[in-house]
Amino acid sequence: MSKLKLSLSKLPKPVKIAMWVLLAILAYALPLLEPPFITTPGVDFGGVLFVVTMYMLVALGLNIVVGYAGLLDLGYVGFYAVGAYTAAILTSFHANWPLLFALPIAVLASTISGVLLGAPTLRVRGDYLAIVTLGFGEIIRLVAVNTEWLGERKGISNVARPPSVGGTEGLFEIPHLYWGDGTVLIDTQDTTKFLVFGVLDQIPYYWLGLTVVIIMLFADYLIKNSRVGRAWEATREDEDAAELMGVPTFRFKLLAFATGAFIGGLAGALYASRQNFINPDSFLLLFSILFLAAVVVGGQGNRWGVLVGATLVAYLPQRFREFDDFRVLVFGLALVALAILRPEGLFPPRRTVRAKQLEQELEELEVGTDGEEKAHA
Amino acid sequence: MNFEFFFNNLPGLTLSGLAFGAIYALIALGYTMVYGVLQLINFAHSEVFMYGTFAMLWTVMALGGADANGVELIAILLASLLAAMAMSAVIALVLERVAYRPLIKRNAPRLIALISAIGASFVLAELMGLRDRVAGWVGLDDDLSDYVGKARINNSIAGVVDAPRWEVAGIIVSSIDLLVIFSAVAMMVVVDQFVRRSKLGKGIRATAQDPETASMMGVNPTRTIQMTFLIGGLMAGVAAFLYMLKIETTKFDVGFLLGVKAFTAAVLGGIGNLRGALLGGLVLGVAEIWGSALLGTEWRHVVAFVLLVVILLFRPTGLLGESLGKARA
Repeated sequence: MSKLKLSLSKLPKPVKIAMWVLLAILAYALPLLEPPFITTPGVDFGGVLFVVTMYMLVALGLNIVVGYAGLLDLGYVGFYAVGAYTAAILTSFHANWPLLFALPIAVLASTISGVLLGAPTLRVRGDYLAIVTLGFGEIIRLVAVNTEWLGERKGISNVARPPSVGGTEGLFEIPHLYWGDGTVLIDTQDTTKFLVFGVLDQIPYYWLGLTVVIIMLFADYLIKNSRVGRAWEATREDEDAAELMGVPTFRFKLLAFATGAFIGGLAGALYASRQNFINPDSFLLLFSILFLAAVVVGGQGNRWGVLVGATLVAYLPQRFREFDDFRVLVFGLALVALAILRPEGLFPPRRTVRAKQLEQELEELEVGTDGEEKAHA
Repeated sequence: MNFEFFFNNLPGLTLSGLAFGAIYALIALGYTMVYGVLQLINFAHSEVFMYGTFAMLWTVMALGGADANGVELIAILLASLLAAMAMSAVIALVLERVAYRPLIKRNAPRLIALISAIGASFVLAELMGLRDRVAGWVGLDDDLSDYVGKARINNSIAGVVDAPRWEVAGIIVSSIDLLVIFSAVAMMVVVDQFVRRSKLGKGIRATAQDPETASMMGVNPTRTIQMTFLIGGLMAGVAAFLYMLKIETTKFDVGFLLGVKAFTAAVLGGIGNLRGALLGGLVLGVAEIWGSALLGTEWRHVVAFVLLVVILLFRPTGLLGESLGKARA
């Protein structure tokens, strides 16, 4: 694994860029290719992929809060809900805005809710933060259930879709592949109209979601390698030491919370737009836990690991629908097994791996001086 | 705001709130003790409670509680209490062995312990929710259909216990509410004294304060942790019994909301603090019932969480502070 990584990092830059572009093209083309084994029988593949991108987006946002800043957030679905409800209210329930105007407001609203929640609660210690955020997520949902202005249990329907490019027929049509017995054909009957955000074909939503994920990945890369990212890591590792070194930890924690809320709200608004309909059941506490599981399963702090985690959490239950009833059971077993076998997640960030190696080396040195005593470790 | 209803029924509401609060407090004990010793949120404790409710239900069904009266009924209920305690204790110990001990041994990050707990919680709840299938695999689903039949819906013992209600000074007092409050408070006192005075209790407190030093002084950490889970499980069993007396129905996912509430109660009182758990539970129970009387029952859970947030803002370590380790002997 590390050898492969090394040889990859030695490649010249243009080759690397070409590989990334190729990977991106492959990702965009995935729902058109419909490769066997990967497609989801019985469920619309494009729709599943869209949900995967939403989980990726949410996991990237939550990774900033949990992975970078080390704040345990069990109510992330609250921000997702604020984004979704703001978009739904503005485009359908109480106004008739186009989605593109509502989107910034939705993101702004969820960011503000993040600051409002964070400002008083980020002063309390870690575990309390978990339960306070859990409470926040539930409050948001219960308020939506009980408030007529928010549609109560019925929810809100007719949320606006993104504007289609090129009218109802689109600019051009892209055929899908058809996988027969040993033959691969281009199926001209089954086509996707380029950038028509309609009811049936969900592939354009997937493209939209993927684009947002890629943009967020770039933003994540930039912010992680900036002063802000380093301040977050310092705060996570040792808050007191960071404060003494002149890092205003509270302000950076609040910034992490607000950034996480920003991304969560964006994902929520996009989800509402694609779903066309939301009700409080889309924002159960279970989803907060699933989001957190995506982050921790992948390896908190590593953006690629987190993306893999999100894919697993969102995709596997859809792929293996025949075991529908046992989904949660298997998911739970997988979580326990993962926690016991790979406590750092599937893909821990490089820093964690290095820190662990260092710890081991130190321990070996200690053992060397104390003879065979290793009982305390 | 329904002030008239609220003030007319204030004593009755308070009593009912205290009864709920007492149940929260008993469950909260499991969270707070495990947190005090291991600094980890035992997310699956709610399932420990849920299995207790089913043990109570099945014992009453198996012993024919529906047709029993008088002394016989009391004997059946006592048996069901023991069954609930035993079931919860066993589940708690299994949980410790399977989901936590491998992690504690390796000094895994705390967040990963929480993930393991969440996973274990899913597994336990789903096993109960799919018990008709599980029984089907071993070919017992016909013989046990009374017990495993309604796997995903409410299971009820309604009508088994016809508890007397008394009218005292114009207030209707349910004997069950009184029983719940008194037995919960009594159990809390017993546990509190046990942790304060007994040798094992001292070991628990020592481990909470400083695990390394405690183990050097001859406290076996693994046994102490087991003990903590055992006490938490037993109390969850008592809570399950009292809950079934009061509410009379249970379901495979009943633990979730109750667990969240009980954890809230533990945080409210100051996590790691046994007396705090009692106080937090009672405050939460009363506040919830008052809140739902004033604003409507649909706001009940919102009141609970808002109360939590507000209290943590002004007293970040809970009402009584955190002190399982610091409690004086």
